[in-house]
Amino acid sequence: MINTQQNPELAVIGGGPAGLAAAAAAYDAGCKNILLLERDRELGGILNQCVHDGFGNFIFGASMTGPEYAHRFVREVRRRPGIKLLTGTMVLSLSPERRLTAANPEGLLTLQPEAVILAMGCRERSRFQVLLPGYRPAGVYTAGAVQRLINMEGVMPGERIVILGSGDIGLIMARRLTLEGARVLGVFEIAPRPGGLTRNVVQCLDDFSIPLYLSHTVTFLHGKKRLEGVNVAPVDEKGRPQSGAERFIPCDTLILSVGLIPENELTRQAGIPLDPATGGPVVDQDMATSVPGFFACGNVVHVHDLVDYVTLTAQRAGRGAARYLRNRKTGGEARVMAGEGIAYVVPQRLSLPADEAVDLYFRVQAEQREVRLQALHRGTVLAQKKERMVRPPEMLRLTLDPSRLSGLAGGDTIEVTLKGEAVHESKA
Amino acid sequence: MNPKREFTCINCPLSCTVTVSPGEAGLTVSGHECRRGEEYALQEYTDPRRVLTGTVAVDGAALPRLPVKTDGPIPKTLVREAAAALSRIKVRAPVRCGEIIVANFAGSGSNLVATRDLGPDLDL
Ligand code: SF4
Repeated sequence: MINTQQNPELAVIGGGPAGLAAAAAAYDAGCKNILLLERDRELGGILNQCVHDGFGNFIFGASMTGPEYAHRFVREVRRRPGIKLLTGTMVLSLSPERRLTAANPEGLLTLQPEAVILAMGCRERSRFQVLLPGYRPAGVYTAGAVQRLINMEGVMPGERIVILGSGDIGLIMARRLTLEGARVLGVFEIAPRPGGLTRNVVQCLDDFSIPLYLSHTVTFLHGKKRLEGVNVAPVDEKGRPQSGAERFIPCDTLILSVGLIPENELTRQAGIPLDPATGGPVVDQDMATSVPGFFACGNVVHVHDLVDYVTLTAQRAGRGAARYLRNRKTGGEARVMAGEGIAYVVPQRLSLPADEAVDLYFRVQAEQREVRLQALHRGTVLAQKKERMVRPPEMLRLTLDPSRLSGLAGGDTIEVTLKGEAVHESKA
Repeated sequence: MNPKREFTCINCPLSCTVTVSPGEAGLTVSGHECRRGEEYALQEYTDPRRVLTGTVAVDGAALPRLPVKTDGPIPKTLVREAAAALSRIKVRAPVRCGEIIVANFAGSGSNLVATRDLGPDLDL
């Protein structure tokens, strides 16, 4: 059966925090014919399974749980009559001409919106992406899968747990599993520093005396049917396990928290260029991708550490899409580049004229103390700040004031750089 | 007298190790690089508290578990006992976000509240 759904002006793909905030913002900016498509049975995305608190500190000045944060935005979206919500609907294909095919229990759906906001989020790296040798027994999960099992389905995955990787979800699940009565035997991190936020290392591991083994990895999985144990070993500077230093830990469950990857299958299908440094589409300050009519926000663009920033950039995408539907910028564009010490910057380009404040989000390549972060244009400082400590897991932000952007011309470059503060002072 | 203790300040990425040492003249704090670290370590030393989050069983709902939290931070020493108490609670749907599930939960002085709407259908 073919679904007869009116063509919306704007289609939003994904009903997590990014899609919800983008839809509400687009509506408020004048776009009154929006269709939001969500593949799950309900809106809210990953927040529904994040029952811990710590969300919203930045935007609301209050610590909320994931479901509470989601609830706020679901309510906002429901309040706006021009936003049509379709849950249980999965987008199957997307063409560069914005032809969109989706499926739900009622059948197939073909749409031709004038603009599309991509808000599909991210997915977890799996065992096969970190190449774990050994058998393929039951009892090996990603941290997010365990989170869903425990918090939404009421199923405990096992009793004796080893966690590989110290990403935030892994740390949070270490605490959650402990409070549910399981024994978490240790968190093994191949890098010399934790992957997650300090807050989570302290409150999820230290609070419960769960050991964190840095520069360690899992080298082998034992067990034919169910996991019976893992080998772990320290690694050298290059991340190679040291031979002869392996030890066996009996356990029934291994949880992987080894990173997140922006979910960009549809983005690729639509022919939208991706940034290899972020794994997400190249965007401008309105979160417009390089293909006209396509916008992107949230973890599709790059993986965020705080949902608050997802909300802020999604609102920007919503306003950007609404504005695009009215009139288009034609003033050329400037490039934004990651300079010395910076891993990546989003947005990667600015469409001109840049007449609103622009937030640049970026991560550093390595941990460093006492630094000065600057956004430079032809040797002039557009914005800067000092930080006492920067770490790759914590996203950073510089805000460019519109008054400083009026001199930008098409083809110009803005560079974000990191400098050791002590060095800087001795030169001055 | 209590022994001296070290805390990792969680208020900024610097992650200072802050030491609290008891002495004749009261508590001495060292190692912090700003006031937030001092306040944090003193709180952690004298009265550490955490918000407990988790789930409880729910009947007649679209999902088997209802997410809950304490509506204020509870003493850290109560956390494990309070978490164990969650497994003995069962509620009936529908439940509204913010609804009190247990008042003065586990004697903590804080209430246990629901953190989402949950009914027989997911579209409550
Ligand atoms: S004491 Fe101050 S500088 Fe040190 S980690 Fe805490 S907040 Fe940061």
